[in-house]
Amino acid sequence: MTDQHSSLSNLDLETPEKPFLDANELVINMGPQHPATHGVLRVILRLDGEKVLGLECVIGYLHRGVEKIGEHRTYTMFNPYVDRMDYVAAVSNGLGYCETVEKLLNVEAPPRAQHVRVILTELNRIASHQLWLGTHALDIGAITPLFYTFRDREEILKIYEKYCGARLTTHAFRIGGLQYETYTGFEKEVKNFLDFFRPKIDEYEELLTTNRIWVERTKNVGTISAQDCIALGVTGPVLRASGVKWDLRKAQPYANYKNFDFEIPIGQNGDTYDRYLVRMAEMRQSVRIIEQAVGALPEGPIMAKVPKVMKPAAGEVYHSIEAPKGELGYFIVSDGSTQPYRVRVRPPSFVNLQALDVMCRGQLVADVIAVIGTLDIVLGEVDR
Amino acid sequence: MVAKFRGTYGSGITPLTYAGQNYMAVDRSLIPEILQVLRNEERFDYCVDITAVHYPKREKQFDVVWVLYSFARNERIRVTTQIVDGESLPSAVPIWPAANWLEREVYDMFGIKFDGHPDMKRILLPEGWKGHPLRKDYGILQQDNEWVQINLGIESGQ
Repeated sequence: MTDQHSSLSNLDLETPEKPFLDANELVINMGPQHPATHGVLRVILRLDGEKVLGLECVIGYLHRGVEKIGEHRTYTMFNPYVDRMDYVAAVSNGLGYCETVEKLLNVEAPPRAQHVRVILTELNRIASHQLWLGTHALDIGAITPLFYTFRDREEILKIYEKYCGARLTTHAFRIGGLQYETYTGFEKEVKNFLDFFRPKIDEYEELLTTNRIWVERTKNVGTISAQDCIALGVTGPVLRASGVKWDLRKAQPYANYKNFDFEIPIGQNGDTYDRYLVRMAEMRQSVRIIEQAVGALPEGPIMAKVPKVMKPAAGEVYHSIEAPKGELGYFIVSDGSTQPYRVRVRPPSFVNLQALDVMCRGQLVADVIAVIGTLDIVLGEVDR
Repeated sequence: MVAKFRGTYGSGITPLTYAGQNYMAVDRSLIPEILQVLRNEERFDYCVDITAVHYPKREKQFDVVWVLYSFARNERIRVTTQIVDGESLPSAVPIWPAANWLEREVYDMFGIKFDGHPDMKRILLPEGWKGHPLRKDYGILQQDNEWVQINLGIESGQ
Protein backbone atom coordinates (compact mmCIF):
# COMPACT_ATOMS: atom_id res chain seq x y z
CA MET A 1 0.00 0.00 0.00
CA THR A 2 3.01 2.25 0.19
CA ASP A 3 2.88 3.32 -3.43
CA GLN A 4 -0.82 3.78 -3.74
CA HIS A 5 -0.66 7.50 -3.36
CA SER A 6 2.50 8.31 -5.23
CA SER A 7 0.28 9.65 -7.96
CA LEU A 8 -0.86 12.37 -5.63
CA SER A 9 2.63 13.73 -5.22
CA ASN A 10 1.73 16.88 -7.11
CA LEU A 11 -0.83 17.68 -4.42
CA ASP A 12 0.44 19.63 -1.45
CA LEU A 13 0.39 16.82 1.04
CA GLU A 14 1.60 17.47 4.51
CA THR A 15 3.88 14.53 5.14
CA PRO A 16 6.36 15.06 7.93
CA GLU A 17 9.95 14.58 6.83
CA LYS A 18 11.22 13.61 10.23
CA PRO A 19 9.32 11.12 12.30
CA PHE A 20 7.37 12.71 15.09
CA LEU A 21 8.26 9.97 17.50
CA ASP A 22 11.29 7.83 17.02
CA ALA A 23 9.19 4.72 16.91
CA ASN A 24 8.29 2.14 14.32
CA GLU A 25 5.47 2.84 11.95
CA LEU A 26 2.27 1.42 13.34
CA VAL A 27 -0.45 -0.02 11.15
CA ILE A 28 -3.89 0.00 12.70
CA ASN A 29 -7.14 -1.33 11.33
CA MET A 30 -10.33 0.61 11.91
CA GLY A 31 -13.67 -0.89 11.01
CA PRO A 32 -15.57 -2.25 9.16
CA GLN A 33 -17.72 -2.60 12.28
CA HIS A 34 -16.90 0.70 13.90
CA PRO A 35 -19.62 3.05 15.14
CA ALA A 36 -17.93 6.17 13.80
CA THR A 37 -17.43 5.02 10.22
CA HIS A 38 -21.14 5.50 9.46
CA GLY A 39 -21.66 2.07 8.02
CA VAL A 40 -19.25 -0.59 6.98
CA LEU A 41 -16.14 1.29 5.99
CA ARG A 42 -12.76 -0.19 6.79
CA VAL A 43 -9.77 2.13 7.08
CA ILE A 44 -6.19 0.94 7.40
CA LEU A 45 -4.17 3.64 9.10
CA ARG A 46 -0.42 4.05 9.04
CA LEU A 47 0.59 5.88 12.16
CA ASP A 48 3.63 7.50 13.64
CA GLY A 49 2.68 7.73 17.27
CA GLU A 50 -0.69 9.39 17.03
CA LYS A 51 0.02 11.11 13.74
CA VAL A 52 -1.49 9.77 10.54
CA LEU A 53 1.06 9.11 7.80
CA GLY A 54 -1.41 7.76 5.32
CA LEU A 55 -4.44 5.56 5.07
CA GLU A 56 -6.20 3.19 2.76
CA CYS A 57 -9.94 2.67 2.51
CA VAL A 58 -11.33 -0.81 1.99
CA ILE A 59 -14.86 -0.62 0.66
CA GLY A 60 -17.40 -2.91 -0.97
CA TYR A 61 -19.04 -4.49 2.07
CA LEU A 62 -22.44 -3.19 0.98
CA HIS A 63 -22.01 -3.93 -2.72
CA ARG A 64 -25.33 -5.15 -4.09
CA GLY A 65 -24.69 -4.75 -7.80
CA VAL A 66 -27.27 -2.03 -8.35
CA GLU A 67 -25.93 -1.30 -11.84
CA LYS A 68 -26.25 -4.96 -12.83
CA ILE A 69 -29.79 -5.12 -11.47
CA GLY A 70 -30.65 -2.09 -13.60
CA GLU A 71 -29.75 -3.98 -16.77
CA HIS A 72 -32.28 -6.66 -15.89
CA ARG A 73 -35.24 -4.45 -15.00
CA THR A 74 -37.40 -2.17 -17.10
CA TYR A 75 -36.95 1.57 -16.73
CA THR A 76 -39.96 1.80 -14.41
CA MET A 77 -39.02 -1.24 -12.35
CA PHE A 78 -35.54 0.09 -11.65
CA ASN A 79 -36.88 3.35 -10.21
CA PRO A 80 -37.35 2.14 -6.59
CA TYR A 81 -33.88 0.56 -6.55
CA VAL A 82 -32.09 3.90 -6.83
CA ASP A 83 -33.60 4.98 -3.50
CA ARG A 84 -31.54 2.29 -1.82
CA MET A 85 -28.20 3.83 -2.70
CA ASP A 86 -28.10 7.03 -0.68
CA TYR A 87 -30.86 5.95 1.66
CA VAL A 88 -30.85 9.17 3.67
CA ALA A 89 -31.47 11.23 0.53
CA ALA A 90 -33.63 8.84 -1.46
CA VAL A 91 -35.67 11.59 -3.07
CA SER A 92 -32.57 13.12 -4.70
CA ASN A 93 -31.59 9.76 -6.16
CA GLY A 94 -35.04 9.36 -7.64
CA LEU A 95 -34.99 12.85 -9.10
CA GLY A 96 -31.68 12.21 -10.85
CA TYR A 97 -32.82 8.90 -12.28
CA CYS A 98 -36.23 10.15 -13.45
CA GLU A 99 -34.72 13.21 -15.11
CA THR A 100 -32.14 11.12 -16.93
CA VAL A 101 -34.75 8.75 -18.34
CA GLU A 102 -36.92 11.73 -19.22
CA LYS A 103 -33.99 13.07 -21.23
CA LEU A 104 -33.76 9.74 -23.06
CA LEU A 105 -37.50 9.77 -23.74
CA ASN A 106 -37.45 13.47 -24.58
CA VAL A 107 -40.29 14.37 -22.25
CA GLU A 108 -40.50 16.97 -19.54
CA ALA A 109 -42.43 16.82 -16.31
CA PRO A 110 -45.30 19.38 -16.08
CA PRO A 111 -44.79 22.55 -13.98
CA ARG A 112 -46.73 21.34 -10.96
CA ALA A 113 -44.68 18.16 -10.81
CA GLN A 114 -41.47 20.17 -11.12
CA HIS A 115 -42.48 22.36 -8.20
CA VAL A 116 -43.39 19.45 -5.95
CA ARG A 117 -40.14 17.76 -6.95
CA VAL A 118 -38.17 20.79 -5.82
CA ILE A 119 -40.06 20.96 -2.52
CA LEU A 120 -39.52 17.29 -1.71
CA THR A 121 -35.88 17.30 -2.83
CA GLU A 122 -35.03 20.34 -0.76
CA LEU A 123 -36.81 18.88 2.26
CA ASN A 124 -34.62 15.86 1.69
CA ARG A 125 -31.51 18.02 1.60
CA ILE A 126 -32.48 19.40 5.01
CA ALA A 127 -33.15 15.90 6.34
CA SER A 128 -29.82 14.64 5.03
CA HIS A 129 -27.93 17.56 6.54
CA GLN A 130 -29.74 17.08 9.85
CA LEU A 131 -28.72 13.44 9.99
CA TRP A 132 -25.18 14.44 9.10
CA LEU A 133 -25.08 17.10 11.82
CA GLY A 134 -26.43 14.82 14.53
CA THR A 135 -24.10 11.92 13.83
CA HIS A 136 -21.06 14.10 13.09
CA ALA A 137 -21.48 15.98 16.38
CA LEU A 138 -22.02 12.69 18.19
CA ASP A 139 -18.74 11.34 16.79
CA ILE A 140 -16.91 14.37 18.07
CA GLY A 141 -18.51 14.08 21.47
CA ALA A 142 -21.52 16.40 21.49
CA ILE A 143 -24.53 14.22 22.21
CA THR A 144 -27.26 16.86 22.38
CA PRO A 145 -27.46 17.84 18.67
CA LEU A 146 -28.35 14.26 17.79
CA PHE A 147 -31.58 14.44 19.76
CA TYR A 148 -32.42 17.88 18.40
CA THR A 149 -31.85 16.96 14.76
CA PHE A 150 -33.65 13.64 14.93
CA ARG A 151 -36.60 15.30 16.64
CA ASP A 152 -36.87 17.85 13.84
CA ARG A 153 -36.11 15.43 11.03
CA GLU A 154 -39.15 13.47 12.14
CA GLU A 155 -41.35 16.33 10.91
CA ILE A 156 -39.96 15.97 7.38
CA LEU A 157 -40.41 12.21 7.47
CA LYS A 158 -44.02 12.72 8.56
CA ILE A 159 -44.62 14.83 5.44
CA TYR A 160 -43.12 12.04 3.30
CA GLU A 161 -45.17 9.41 5.05
CA LYS A 162 -48.35 11.32 4.42
CA TYR A 163 -47.39 11.92 0.80
CA CYS A 164 -46.39 8.41 -0.21
CA GLY A 165 -46.55 6.12 2.80
CA ALA A 166 -42.80 5.68 3.12
CA ARG A 167 -40.39 7.56 5.30
CA LEU A 168 -36.97 6.79 3.91
CA THR A 169 -37.02 4.98 0.59
CA THR A 170 -39.85 7.05 -0.74
CA HIS A 171 -40.02 6.32 -4.47
CA ALA A 172 -41.69 9.72 -4.62
CA PHE A 173 -41.28 10.41 -8.34
CA ARG A 174 -42.22 8.63 -11.48
CA ILE A 175 -40.63 8.97 -14.87
CA GLY A 176 -42.54 11.90 -16.33
CA GLY A 177 -43.83 13.38 -13.10
CA LEU A 178 -44.95 12.38 -9.65
CA GLN A 179 -46.07 9.15 -8.08
CA TYR A 180 -49.01 10.76 -6.29
CA GLU A 181 -50.93 14.01 -6.23
CA THR A 182 -50.16 15.92 -3.05
CA TYR A 183 -52.52 15.30 -0.15
CA THR A 184 -55.00 17.87 1.14
CA GLY A 185 -53.21 20.34 3.34
CA PHE A 186 -49.77 19.54 1.91
CA GLU A 187 -48.90 23.17 1.30
CA LYS A 188 -50.01 24.19 4.76
CA GLU A 189 -48.02 21.44 6.43
CA VAL A 190 -44.87 22.33 4.49
CA LYS A 191 -45.31 25.98 5.46
CA ASN A 192 -45.85 24.98 9.07
CA PHE A 193 -42.69 22.95 8.93
CA LEU A 194 -40.72 25.92 7.62
CA ASP A 195 -41.98 28.13 10.44
CA PHE A 196 -41.17 25.39 12.90
CA PHE A 197 -37.73 24.72 11.47
CA ARG A 198 -36.33 28.22 10.97
CA PRO A 199 -35.64 28.86 14.68
CA LYS A 200 -34.33 25.30 15.03
CA ILE A 201 -31.32 26.08 12.83
CA ASP A 202 -30.45 28.88 15.26
CA GLU A 203 -30.86 26.39 18.06
CA TYR A 204 -28.32 24.02 16.47
CA GLU A 205 -25.95 26.88 15.87
CA GLU A 206 -26.27 28.05 19.46
CA LEU A 207 -25.12 24.64 20.59
CA LEU A 208 -22.11 24.43 18.31
CA THR A 209 -20.96 27.47 16.33
CA THR A 210 -19.21 29.21 19.20
CA ASN A 211 -18.82 26.16 21.40
CA ARG A 212 -15.17 26.07 22.34
CA ILE A 213 -14.82 22.29 22.25
CA TRP A 214 -16.52 22.12 18.85
CA VAL A 215 -14.32 24.85 17.40
CA GLU A 216 -11.14 23.26 18.76
CA ARG A 217 -12.08 19.90 17.31
CA THR A 218 -13.02 21.18 13.87
CA LYS A 219 -10.95 24.29 13.05
CA ASN A 220 -7.92 23.47 10.88
CA VAL A 221 -8.87 19.80 10.91
CA GLY A 222 -9.03 17.92 7.63
CA THR A 223 -8.16 20.94 5.54
CA ILE A 224 -8.28 20.54 1.77
CA SER A 225 -7.55 23.21 -0.81
CA ALA A 226 -9.83 24.05 -3.72
CA GLN A 227 -7.16 22.84 -6.13
CA ASP A 228 -6.95 19.43 -4.47
CA CYS A 229 -10.74 19.17 -4.37
CA ILE A 230 -10.98 19.69 -8.11
CA ALA A 231 -8.08 17.32 -8.84
CA LEU A 232 -9.71 14.61 -6.74
CA GLY A 233 -13.17 15.22 -8.17
CA VAL A 234 -14.63 16.23 -4.81
CA THR A 235 -17.99 18.01 -5.10
CA GLY A 236 -20.82 19.24 -2.94
CA PRO A 237 -20.44 21.09 0.37
CA VAL A 238 -16.82 19.89 0.69
CA LEU A 239 -15.85 21.69 -2.51
CA ARG A 240 -17.83 24.79 -1.59
CA ALA A 241 -16.24 24.96 1.87
CA SER A 242 -12.88 25.23 0.09
CA GLY A 243 -14.08 28.38 -1.62
CA VAL A 244 -15.35 27.19 -5.00
CA LYS A 245 -18.74 28.70 -5.74
CA TRP A 246 -20.08 25.79 -7.70
CA ASP A 247 -23.46 24.18 -7.36
CA LEU A 248 -25.15 22.28 -10.18
CA ARG A 249 -28.46 23.90 -9.28
CA LYS A 250 -26.92 27.16 -10.50
CA ALA A 251 -24.19 26.02 -12.89
CA GLN A 252 -26.37 23.73 -14.99
CA PRO A 253 -29.90 24.17 -13.68
CA TYR A 254 -32.16 21.14 -13.75
CA ALA A 255 -35.80 20.67 -12.67
CA ASN A 256 -36.95 24.30 -12.37
CA TYR A 257 -34.30 25.64 -10.03
CA LYS A 258 -33.66 28.58 -12.31
CA ASN A 259 -37.02 30.04 -11.19
CA PHE A 260 -35.95 30.29 -7.58
CA ASP A 261 -33.83 32.82 -5.85
CA PHE A 262 -31.15 31.40 -3.58
CA GLU A 263 -27.50 31.73 -2.80
CA ILE A 264 -24.57 29.33 -2.82
CA PRO A 265 -22.88 29.50 0.57
CA ILE A 266 -19.12 29.05 0.45
CA GLY A 267 -16.33 28.75 2.99
CA GLN A 268 -12.73 29.94 2.90
CA ASN A 269 -10.46 27.57 4.75
CA GLY A 270 -11.73 24.20 3.56
CA ASP A 271 -11.57 22.77 7.06
CA THR A 272 -14.14 20.80 9.03
CA TYR A 273 -15.49 23.93 10.69
CA ASP A 274 -16.12 25.65 7.34
CA ARG A 275 -17.87 22.59 6.00
CA TYR A 276 -20.10 22.72 9.05
CA LEU A 277 -20.90 26.38 8.40
CA VAL A 278 -21.59 25.74 4.71
CA ARG A 279 -24.06 22.96 5.46
CA MET A 280 -25.81 25.06 8.07
CA ALA A 281 -26.14 27.90 5.55
CA GLU A 282 -27.38 25.42 2.93
CA MET A 283 -30.24 24.40 5.19
CA ARG A 284 -31.28 28.06 5.40
CA GLN A 285 -31.11 28.36 1.61
CA SER A 286 -33.21 25.20 1.23
CA VAL A 287 -35.84 26.78 3.46
CA ARG A 288 -35.80 29.79 1.14
CA ILE A 289 -36.29 27.64 -1.95
CA ILE A 290 -39.13 25.62 -0.41
CA GLU A 291 -40.82 28.82 0.72
CA GLN A 292 -40.83 30.18 -2.84
CA ALA A 293 -41.88 26.88 -4.37
CA VAL A 294 -44.74 26.21 -2.00
CA GLY A 295 -45.95 29.79 -2.30
CA ALA A 296 -46.29 29.55 -6.06
CA LEU A 297 -47.41 25.96 -6.51
CA PRO A 298 -49.17 25.89 -9.89
CA GLU A 299 -52.26 23.84 -10.63
CA GLY A 300 -52.26 21.30 -13.40
CA PRO A 301 -51.40 17.73 -14.25
CA ILE A 302 -48.71 15.87 -12.34
CA MET A 303 -47.70 13.52 -15.11
CA ALA A 304 -46.42 14.19 -18.60
CA LYS A 305 -47.57 11.95 -21.42
CA VAL A 306 -45.26 8.97 -21.23
CA PRO A 307 -45.86 5.60 -22.84
CA LYS A 308 -46.86 2.75 -20.52
CA VAL A 309 -44.10 0.63 -22.05
CA MET A 310 -41.03 2.79 -22.28
CA LYS A 311 -38.73 2.17 -25.19
CA PRO A 312 -36.33 5.08 -25.57
CA ALA A 313 -34.52 5.29 -28.90
CA ALA A 314 -31.02 3.84 -28.89
CA GLY A 315 -28.53 6.30 -27.48
CA GLU A 316 -26.72 7.39 -24.34
CA VAL A 317 -27.24 10.21 -21.90
CA TYR A 318 -25.34 11.56 -18.90
CA HIS A 319 -27.26 13.75 -16.50
CA SER A 320 -26.37 14.88 -13.04
CA ILE A 321 -27.96 16.73 -10.16
CA GLU A 322 -26.73 18.36 -6.98
CA ALA A 323 -27.50 15.76 -4.32
CA PRO A 324 -26.93 16.75 -0.67
CA LYS A 325 -23.50 15.14 -0.88
CA GLY A 326 -22.33 16.40 -4.27
CA GLU A 327 -22.70 15.64 -7.94
CA LEU A 328 -24.91 12.60 -8.46
CA GLY A 329 -24.75 11.50 -12.08
CA TYR A 330 -26.52 8.86 -14.12
CA PHE A 331 -25.16 7.54 -17.39
CA ILE A 332 -27.77 5.44 -19.14
CA VAL A 333 -27.31 3.62 -22.43
CA SER A 334 -30.45 2.58 -24.24
CA ASP A 335 -30.53 -0.02 -27.02
CA GLY A 336 -34.15 0.68 -27.91
CA SER A 337 -35.60 -2.08 -25.72
CA THR A 338 -37.67 -1.82 -22.54
CA GLN A 339 -34.63 -2.32 -20.31
CA PRO A 340 -31.61 -0.05 -20.05
CA TYR A 341 -28.58 -1.57 -21.72
CA ARG A 342 -26.31 -0.06 -19.10
CA VAL A 343 -26.96 2.09 -16.05
CA ARG A 344 -23.98 3.78 -14.50
CA VAL A 345 -24.35 5.73 -11.29
CA ARG A 346 -21.74 8.32 -10.47
CA PRO A 347 -22.11 8.55 -6.71
CA PRO A 348 -20.78 11.63 -4.90
CA SER A 349 -19.83 9.70 -1.76
CA PHE A 350 -17.60 7.26 -3.65
CA VAL A 351 -15.53 9.96 -5.31
CA ASN A 352 -15.46 12.20 -2.22
CA LEU A 353 -14.18 9.34 -0.07
CA GLN A 354 -11.01 9.28 -2.18
CA ALA A 355 -10.02 12.56 -0.55
CA LEU A 356 -10.00 11.02 2.93
CA ASP A 357 -6.30 10.15 2.63
CA VAL A 358 -5.30 13.67 1.57
CA MET A 359 -7.40 15.25 4.31
CA CYS A 360 -6.13 13.03 7.11
CA ARG A 361 -2.37 13.16 6.49
CA GLY A 362 -0.55 14.83 9.31
CA GLN A 363 -3.63 14.82 11.54
CA LEU A 364 -4.24 12.88 14.74
CA VAL A 365 -6.12 9.60 14.87
CA ALA A 366 -9.06 11.21 16.65
CA ASP A 367 -9.37 13.66 13.75
CA VAL A 368 -9.86 10.83 11.28
CA ILE A 369 -13.28 10.34 12.89
CA ALA A 370 -14.04 14.03 12.47
CA VAL A 371 -12.98 13.94 8.81
CA ILE A 372 -15.05 10.84 7.98
CA GLY A 373 -18.01 12.62 9.55
CA THR A 374 -17.42 15.86 7.69
CA LEU A 375 -17.17 14.11 4.32
CA ASP A 376 -20.77 12.99 4.85
CA ILE A 377 -20.55 9.64 3.12
CA VAL A 378 -23.25 7.02 2.92
CA LEU A 379 -21.81 3.58 2.41
CA GLY A 380 -24.88 2.37 0.57
CA GLU A 381 -23.95 4.83 -2.13
CA VAL A 382 -20.20 4.23 -2.02
CA ASP A 383 -20.63 0.49 -2.60
CA ARG A 384 -23.89 0.47 -4.54
CA MET B 1 -13.68 22.64 -30.21
CA VAL B 2 -14.52 19.32 -31.83
CA ALA B 3 -14.15 20.99 -35.22
CA LYS B 4 -10.66 22.11 -34.23
CA PHE B 5 -9.83 18.57 -33.11
CA ARG B 6 -11.07 17.20 -36.40
CA GLY B 7 -8.74 19.57 -38.19
CA THR B 8 -5.78 18.28 -36.19
CA TYR B 9 -6.56 14.60 -35.90
CA GLY B 10 -8.70 13.97 -38.97
CA SER B 11 -10.96 10.96 -39.10
CA GLY B 12 -9.80 9.61 -35.72
CA ILE B 13 -12.51 11.70 -34.09
CA THR B 14 -16.24 11.47 -34.73
CA PRO B 15 -18.45 14.14 -33.18
CA LEU B 16 -21.81 12.75 -32.04
CA THR B 17 -24.95 14.22 -30.54
CA TYR B 18 -27.80 12.57 -28.70
CA ALA B 19 -30.62 14.25 -26.78
CA GLY B 20 -28.81 17.56 -27.05
CA GLN B 21 -25.61 16.24 -25.51
CA ASN B 22 -22.38 16.35 -27.46
CA TYR B 23 -19.80 13.66 -27.18
CA MET B 24 -17.02 12.32 -29.32
CA ALA B 25 -15.90 8.89 -30.34
CA VAL B 26 -12.13 8.80 -30.42
CA ASP B 27 -9.80 6.27 -31.95
CA ARG B 28 -7.99 4.16 -29.33
CA SER B 29 -4.56 5.30 -30.58
CA LEU B 30 -5.42 8.99 -30.00
CA ILE B 31 -6.68 8.55 -26.42
CA PRO B 32 -3.48 9.44 -24.49
CA GLU B 33 -3.00 12.62 -26.48
CA ILE B 34 -6.65 13.70 -26.51
CA LEU B 35 -7.00 13.35 -22.73
CA GLN B 36 -3.84 15.41 -22.21
CA VAL B 37 -5.01 18.10 -24.61
CA LEU B 38 -8.46 18.24 -23.01
CA ARG B 39 -6.93 18.71 -19.58
CA ASN B 40 -4.12 21.11 -20.40
CA GLU B 41 -5.31 23.14 -23.37
CA GLU B 42 -9.09 22.95 -23.20
CA ARG B 43 -9.11 23.22 -19.38
CA PHE B 44 -11.31 20.23 -18.57
CA ASP B 45 -9.96 20.09 -15.05
CA TYR B 46 -12.55 17.89 -13.37
CA CYS B 47 -12.82 14.21 -14.23
CA VAL B 48 -16.44 13.44 -13.41
CA ASP B 49 -16.61 9.77 -14.24
CA ILE B 50 -14.94 6.91 -16.03
CA THR B 51 -16.98 3.90 -16.98
CA ALA B 52 -17.39 1.23 -19.63
CA VAL B 53 -20.11 -0.56 -21.59
CA HIS B 54 -19.86 -4.15 -22.78
CA TYR B 55 -21.04 -5.15 -26.28
CA PRO B 56 -20.20 -8.87 -26.51
CA LYS B 57 -21.36 -9.19 -30.13
CA ARG B 58 -19.00 -6.55 -31.44
CA GLU B 59 -15.43 -7.28 -32.44
CA LYS B 60 -14.26 -4.38 -30.27
CA GLN B 61 -16.19 -5.47 -27.22
CA PHE B 62 -15.88 -2.48 -24.91
CA ASP B 63 -16.80 1.17 -24.98
CA VAL B 64 -14.84 3.13 -22.39
CA VAL B 65 -16.34 6.50 -21.46
CA TRP B 66 -14.72 9.50 -19.80
CA VAL B 67 -17.06 12.23 -18.55
CA LEU B 68 -15.20 15.51 -18.12
CA TYR B 69 -16.19 18.93 -16.90
CA SER B 70 -14.53 22.31 -17.15
CA PHE B 71 -15.12 24.80 -14.35
CA ALA B 72 -13.81 27.65 -16.50
CA ARG B 73 -16.17 26.93 -19.41
CA ASN B 74 -19.06 25.38 -17.43
CA GLU B 75 -19.15 22.65 -20.04
CA ARG B 76 -19.31 18.91 -19.97
CA ILE B 77 -17.88 16.58 -22.55
CA ARG B 78 -17.85 12.83 -23.02
CA VAL B 79 -15.08 10.95 -24.74
CA THR B 80 -15.67 7.36 -25.77
CA THR B 81 -13.39 4.82 -27.34
CA GLN B 82 -13.71 1.22 -28.42
CA ILE B 83 -11.26 -1.46 -27.36
CA VAL B 84 -11.04 -5.21 -27.81
CA ASP B 85 -11.19 -7.60 -24.88
CA GLY B 86 -7.82 -7.83 -23.15
CA GLU B 87 -6.52 -4.53 -24.45
CA SER B 88 -5.38 -2.03 -21.86
CA LEU B 89 -5.66 1.76 -21.74
CA PRO B 90 -3.32 4.42 -20.41
CA SER B 91 -4.22 5.46 -16.89
CA ALA B 92 -5.59 8.97 -16.42
CA VAL B 93 -4.35 9.19 -12.82
CA PRO B 94 -1.35 11.42 -13.72
CA ILE B 95 -3.80 13.80 -15.42
CA TRP B 96 -6.67 13.65 -12.91
CA PRO B 97 -5.97 12.02 -9.52
CA ALA B 98 -9.74 11.47 -9.27
CA ALA B 99 -9.39 8.71 -11.87
CA ASN B 100 -7.77 6.43 -9.30
CA TRP B 101 -10.83 4.74 -7.82
CA LEU B 102 -12.89 5.16 -10.97
CA GLU B 103 -10.38 3.16 -13.01
CA ARG B 104 -10.15 0.55 -10.29
CA GLU B 105 -13.91 0.16 -10.46
CA VAL B 106 -13.82 -0.27 -14.25
CA TYR B 107 -11.17 -2.95 -13.79
CA ASP B 108 -13.21 -4.63 -11.06
CA MET B 109 -16.45 -4.67 -13.03
CA PHE B 110 -15.18 -5.20 -16.59
CA GLY B 111 -11.60 -6.47 -16.37
CA ILE B 112 -10.15 -3.57 -18.35
CA LYS B 113 -6.63 -2.75 -17.19
CA PHE B 114 -5.14 0.73 -17.07
CA ASP B 115 -1.38 0.98 -17.66
CA GLY B 116 0.53 3.14 -15.24
CA HIS B 117 -2.18 3.07 -12.57
CA PRO B 118 -0.52 3.20 -9.14
CA ASP B 119 -2.61 0.43 -7.60
CA MET B 120 -4.51 -1.62 -10.17
CA LYS B 121 -6.59 -3.96 -8.06
CA ARG B 122 -10.22 -4.68 -7.29
CA ILE B 123 -12.13 -2.12 -5.27
CA LEU B 124 -15.69 -3.27 -4.55
CA LEU B 125 -15.32 -7.02 -4.87
CA PRO B 126 -12.86 -8.89 -2.68
CA GLU B 127 -9.37 -9.70 -3.86
CA GLY B 128 -9.29 -13.16 -5.41
CA TRP B 129 -12.85 -13.06 -6.77
CA LYS B 130 -13.18 -14.62 -10.21
CA GLY B 131 -15.04 -12.86 -13.00
CA HIS B 132 -16.11 -9.31 -13.75
CA PRO B 133 -19.81 -8.85 -12.96
CA LEU B 134 -20.82 -6.07 -15.34
CA ARG B 135 -19.80 -8.05 -18.42
CA LYS B 136 -22.86 -9.18 -20.28
CA ASP B 137 -21.83 -12.85 -20.12
CA TYR B 138 -21.83 -12.74 -16.31
CA GLY B 139 -25.28 -13.85 -15.15
CA ILE B 140 -27.28 -11.79 -12.71
CA LEU B 141 -27.43 -14.66 -10.19
CA GLN B 142 -23.89 -15.82 -10.90
CA GLN B 143 -21.24 -15.55 -8.22
CA ASP B 144 -17.87 -16.99 -7.34
CA ASN B 145 -19.12 -19.93 -5.26
CA GLU B 146 -15.62 -21.19 -4.67
CA TRP B 147 -14.64 -17.89 -3.08
CA VAL B 148 -17.78 -17.84 -0.95
CA GLN B 149 -17.22 -21.40 0.29
CA ILE B 150 -13.56 -20.87 1.14
CA ASN B 151 -13.83 -17.41 2.70
CA LEU B 152 -17.27 -17.37 4.26
CA GLY B 153 -17.60 -21.05 5.07
CA ILE B 154 -21.13 -21.29 3.68
CA GLU B 155 -22.48 -23.27 0.74
CA SER B 156 -23.79 -20.30 -1.23
CA GLY B 157 -24.23 -16.59 -0.78
CA GLN B 158 -27.83 -16.66 -1.94
